[in-house]
Amino acid sequence: MILRVNRYRPGVDDAPVFQDYEVPDREDWAILDALTHIKDTVDGTLSFRWSCRMGICGSCGMNVNGEPKLTCGTFLTDYSGPVTVEPLRGFPVIRDLVVDIDPFLANLSKVSPWLVREGEEPETEFAQTPEQLEAYKQYSMCINCMLCYSACPVYVLDPDFLGPAAIALAQRYNLDSRDMGDRFDVLSTEEGVWGCTFVGECTSACPKHVDPAEAIQRYKLTAAMRSVLPFTRRRP
Amino acid sequence: MAAEEVDVLIVGGGGAGLRAAIAVAEAEPDATVAILSKVYPMRSHTVSAEGGAAAVIGLADSLDEHAYDTISGGDWLCDQDAVEAFVREAPRELIRLEHWGCPWSREPDGRVAVRPFGGMKQLRTWYAADKTGFHLLHTLFQTTLKHTEIKRFDEWYATRLVTDGERVHGVTAIDIRTGRIDTIAARAVILATGGCGQVFPFTTNAAIKTGDGMALAYRAGAPLKDMEFIQYHPTGLPFTGILITEAARAEGGWLINKDGYRYLQDYDLGVPTDTPKLRSMELGPRDRLSQAFVHEMQRGRTVETPYGQVTYLDLRHLGEAKINARIPFVRELCLSYEKLDPVTDLIPVRPVVHYMMGGVHTGVDGETPLQGLYAAGETACVSINGANRLGSNSLPECLVFGARAGAAAARYAVQAAKPDQQAVRTQGADERRRLEQERDGRDGGRERISEVRALMRRTLEESAGIYRDRDSLEKAAGTLADLRERAAVARLEDRSAAFNTELLAGLELGSMLDVAETIVASALNREESRGAHQRTDFPARDDAAFLAHTLAHRGPDGTPRLSLLPVTITRWPPGERVYGR
Repeated sequence: MILRVNRYRPGVDDAPVFQDYEVPDREDWAILDALTHIKDTVDGTLSFRWSCRMGICGSCGMNVNGEPKLTCGTFLTDYSGPVTVEPLRGFPVIRDLVVDIDPFLANLSKVSPWLVREGEEPETEFAQTPEQLEAYKQYSMCINCMLCYSACPVYVLDPDFLGPAAIALAQRYNLDSRDMGDRFDVLSTEEGVWGCTFVGECTSACPKHVDPAEAIQRYKLTAAMRSVLPFTRRRP
Repeated sequence: MAAEEVDVLIVGGGGAGLRAAIAVAEAEPDATVAILSKVYPMRSHTVSAEGGAAAVIGLADSLDEHAYDTISGGDWLCDQDAVEAFVREAPRELIRLEHWGCPWSREPDGRVAVRPFGGMKQLRTWYAADKTGFHLLHTLFQTTLKHTEIKRFDEWYATRLVTDGERVHGVTAIDIRTGRIDTIAARAVILATGGCGQVFPFTTNAAIKTGDGMALAYRAGAPLKDMEFIQYHPTGLPFTGILITEAARAEGGWLINKDGYRYLQDYDLGVPTDTPKLRSMELGPRDRLSQAFVHEMQRGRTVETPYGQVTYLDLRHLGEAKINARIPFVRELCLSYEKLDPVTDLIPVRPVVHYMMGGVHTGVDGETPLQGLYAAGETACVSINGANRLGSNSLPECLVFGARAGAAAARYAVQAAKPDQQAVRTQGADERRRLEQERDGRDGGRERISEVRALMRRTLEESAGIYRDRDSLEKAAGTLADLRERAAVARLEDRSAAFNTELLAGLELGSMLDVAETIVASALNREESRGAHQRTDFPARDDAAFLAHTLAHRGPDGTPRLSLLPVTITRWPPGERVYGR
């Protein structure tokens, strides 16, 4: 099996180039296993991020044959012929398959992704029924792998767009019965939910079955309702 | 002048490190605090913890029972003052996590739900389905975003502690993105880099778990404690080593051999019952279950696979609804990595290196013998885990002792003298020369770093596995000395500055070799069997000689110097470990 890997070393390569590596066509190998095989036995200069290799740390997202994938959960047997591995689209490339994730983290921080409460902390837990937990649970499953950003046609053209994961995370807290915030000022903007053209690629790309597209559509409704109520700010 | 100066620098951004950062911010709001980690915080290995976090909550439970389970589970090597502090503060820590938004699983009336866990006599394990560590880590990380005063150095790799022999003054580190080698001066440093499972070939531990914090402390003169105690988790998936959580057994799963027989009944762990019984059979402690597997293998009752001998975890009788509700990640992992469905199929499992009971020697506030240096979480050895950790004690350990270390380091930092800039400058320049030489002068080496690493891993598995003996440990000590020389001249093909992961792999191998040497030397020195340390040549526990911690100091020639430190006993004198009867 041929792995066609996108290489870029700042200061060495003028532009990204493809390099082919022959890897054993092992039926139990993920794309990530093939990459570590290359790193350990063929070419020590290939750089990529990985860690847990069980689909939970979110480190190893790359574009595989043009689609954003977690390489630890995407297997060689899913492909025939050469497999192209490129860095995630939509982010500046630092080197080889490593992209700059600071813009993503900056967007996450913008939505106040923490429990907004006022008053003293009680001695015991806040009560929350299983149904109340269910109301936001799927949005809490995001592993920050950024595949949805890479799949999003809006984000790849406009890095100011908050993007699917950040909006889903905002909704994770908005829909939490313990949370008192609504994150209206940051969500109900052109860079927020109103920037989304509802293509739904984010939801298809998510390896954890989060539904950011639904989060965005639901908040559009919330924001529209709120903007017609008195004593609230209208969206610009 | 150092590029940066902070009051408290935390190395590591997982559960313990993030909790420590919040503790610093709360204890001393005027103190400056930063987290430096080789990965972004949400990539930290805490993310992989599955089953839960133990803390007394039910009316039927008591702090003393949690303490007794922990101490007997640890085969009486735990420091009981530390355990008492731990069980007392764990409930408050888990409630704080709840207040910060952690999506704990719930009872129908809205209270936090608890589940049984191995070696625990009461239901006290809080859980967020079977992604507890993931939710705990993301909750902590997102909460730190609220504290804008917490500065971060994401993807920086600490290479050395700056010290004057008595006190720490900061670290030298590589900014991985640019390759720049820099210094960060600090009045106090907290090590929270997690464990070192990558020293072994077959482990649940993520690729980043290379013992860096342990090696930093060790090289700076702080001792490592109880490094011979390595936890094998009984249920890892073959080939990948991916963990199948103990929660699968807590929810009613069975371990069976090739004949479909629940073999744990042959190993003094109780009699099989249809529903789980606490401290019995599949809910016995991890060390005893992993040892039972080895005996089954020796009796020819395991199953041969391309990736070694296995037994089976049987969840089929739980039914699809319960599996989806309580352990959905187990199903997801089996479908993805084994192409099988636990609703209808048996899961092949084998013991896998999971956790280090040992680590940097600390007191109950995370303090080390080196002034200004603290450690918490798996990097540290307080010790609450003794010779064998109970499942679901490690997440609350990260929180309780992360918080304690953070508060103690903050209090220390506000009254400590400023870091010695001269020392930081000089040692920073030394380190810059060393690392540039490392990066640029090693293209002629014969062996790859990965080859030396593979040999180290095999050496550890063959000598310091579930059962050990003098001959294999002595041989391993010799092999490791040889590998250290070979690692120093191993080939480095990548000389670029930006994101040079081959250089990092070389530095990580150096950390792992230090840690590996202390594991082998400590295991050789302990001529008894206790908890996870089983010597076939000394099969009995020997309280007269070894009711004591092993301390490993780095000697002048770079090899470990060992000594013993008595265990702190408060209220639970050493006794027999009894499970299932």
